[in-house]
Amino acid sequence: MPDLTQSILELVRLTSTDLPPDVEKVLHQAVEREQPGSAARGALETVIKNVELSRKNSTPICQDTGTPIFYVHHPAGCSTQELRSQIEAAVVEATRKTYLRPNSVDSLTGKNSGNNLGGSHFPSIHFFEEEGDTLTIDLMLKGGGCENVGIQYSLPNSQLGAGRDLAGVRKVVLDAVFKAQGKGCAPGVLGVAIGGDRGTSYLASKEVLFQKLNESNPDPELAALEIRLTEEANQLGIGPMGFGGETTVLDTKITALNRLPACYFVTISYMCWAYRRRKMTVLTDGSVKYE
Amino acid sequence: MHELTTPISDETIRSLRVGEPVAITGVMLTGRDAAHKWMIDTFIKKTRQPEGDDLETYEAIKPLLEGGLIYHCGPVVGGLDTKDYRFVAAGPTTSIREEPYQGDVMRHFHIKGVIGKGGMGPKTLQACQEAPGAYLHAIGGAASLIAQTVVKVLGVYKLEFGVPEAMWVIQVKDFPAVVTMDSHGQSQHAVVEEKSKKALDALLAKN
Repeated sequence: MPDLTQSILELVRLTSTDLPPDVEKVLHQAVEREQPGSAARGALETVIKNVELSRKNSTPICQDTGTPIFYVHHPAGCSTQELRSQIEAAVVEATRKTYLRPNSVDSLTGKNSGNNLGGSHFPSIHFFEEEGDTLTIDLMLKGGGCENVGIQYSLPNSQLGAGRDLAGVRKVVLDAVFKAQGKGCAPGVLGVAIGGDRGTSYLASKEVLFQKLNESNPDPELAALEIRLTEEANQLGIGPMGFGGETTVLDTKITALNRLPACYFVTISYMCWAYRRRKMTVLTDGSVKYE
Repeated sequence: MHELTTPISDETIRSLRVGEPVAITGVMLTGRDAAHKWMIDTFIKKTRQPEGDDLETYEAIKPLLEGGLIYHCGPVVGGLDTKDYRFVAAGPTTSIREEPYQGDVMRHFHIKGVIGKGGMGPKTLQACQEAPGAYLHAIGGAASLIAQTVVKVLGVYKLEFGVPEAMWVIQVKDFPAVVTMDSHGQSQHAVVEEKSKKALDALLAKN
């Protein structure tokens, strides 16, 4: 198996310093919706300037480089143990090169490991064996500010009048956006998982954020709810950074999982505007493509 | 644009109003979760005894905070091995986590301004009226841009808290922020929250 450490290091650098084009595009659209001279517009103009500067200088878009979340899809016969050590080596080097902030803290002693390693869950790595010969690695960097405003509801929720159906899902998602205010670095993108158990629901609410913003949901009912939720969340008027304004949410992505008869969870992962996710594909000739 | 230079006088603070953009020049100290807890436990509530270099650090940060600014920020820092530190990325972190501590820390050290993101609650707003002080909102995530306003890293305290949690002494020039809580009891965050609550209630009434 080839050593991919340097290629993974490049994936980390790209993810931390260069916002994906689909995200940058919606930020440009959001600027146009805000009043000239408003704090909201000023905030988005600063955000865009920062995105351009980070790309030019190869410096982190946000100092909170978050939890590095890797999803590896590999062909049969790949050693996941070797891949894990290559990913870990790349993360250590990326930290040394200041593409990542040392972010892994021992919860009991409070000690920061200094190199973004720590236990078997930091960085967070998920492996899936796939048919074919291609290896892909998706990486998302999700900061703590937006992670803190993520939330899970168990339906029915009588306070919000939310029952066990899509109408109920709509209500709790709007409540989550209200609760987040500007604290998750609005305008954000919502990853919503309906169903699952508590754990799988949280995982799925992040996995759905690997989809591109211009990809629409194959389920027409969920696609319609995604559009409606984005529109209605923006009617809340929270705006960029919570300054008040037209754009609170850039997009909504929903997925549904099977659930137990007794449980109906709705989990919302809030992704800040600094929506850092990138993919690398290792082709059969060994060349690496990034997107 | 209001130019702010540290140390900041009470008169200047009182002249700031919600919604006003500011450009900050001077020296500030970063401090977030671990630093606030340490200040409260060791020197304000005194629930733990000072140990190690605690007292020395306290004496060193006091003059920096007197009439000064605290910045809720966990930076990415270069030059760690050579101690020739430079800020690579340095946007604000979410301030509300310091709500239990901030007011008391402001009163104790005579801090005039708190810089962060996402706003703070009633306890801090009350302290802003008393101190007087202001909450200055930086743009969350604008880390590369803000790092460019950090012209020099003058030093660091409590590096054992880890790079993000340490207290970094920085010299800034034209650091951009917006006043979102002022010394007159106004909070943009309270206004937006109230308005969005009404909008939420209207949306929840629909199916």
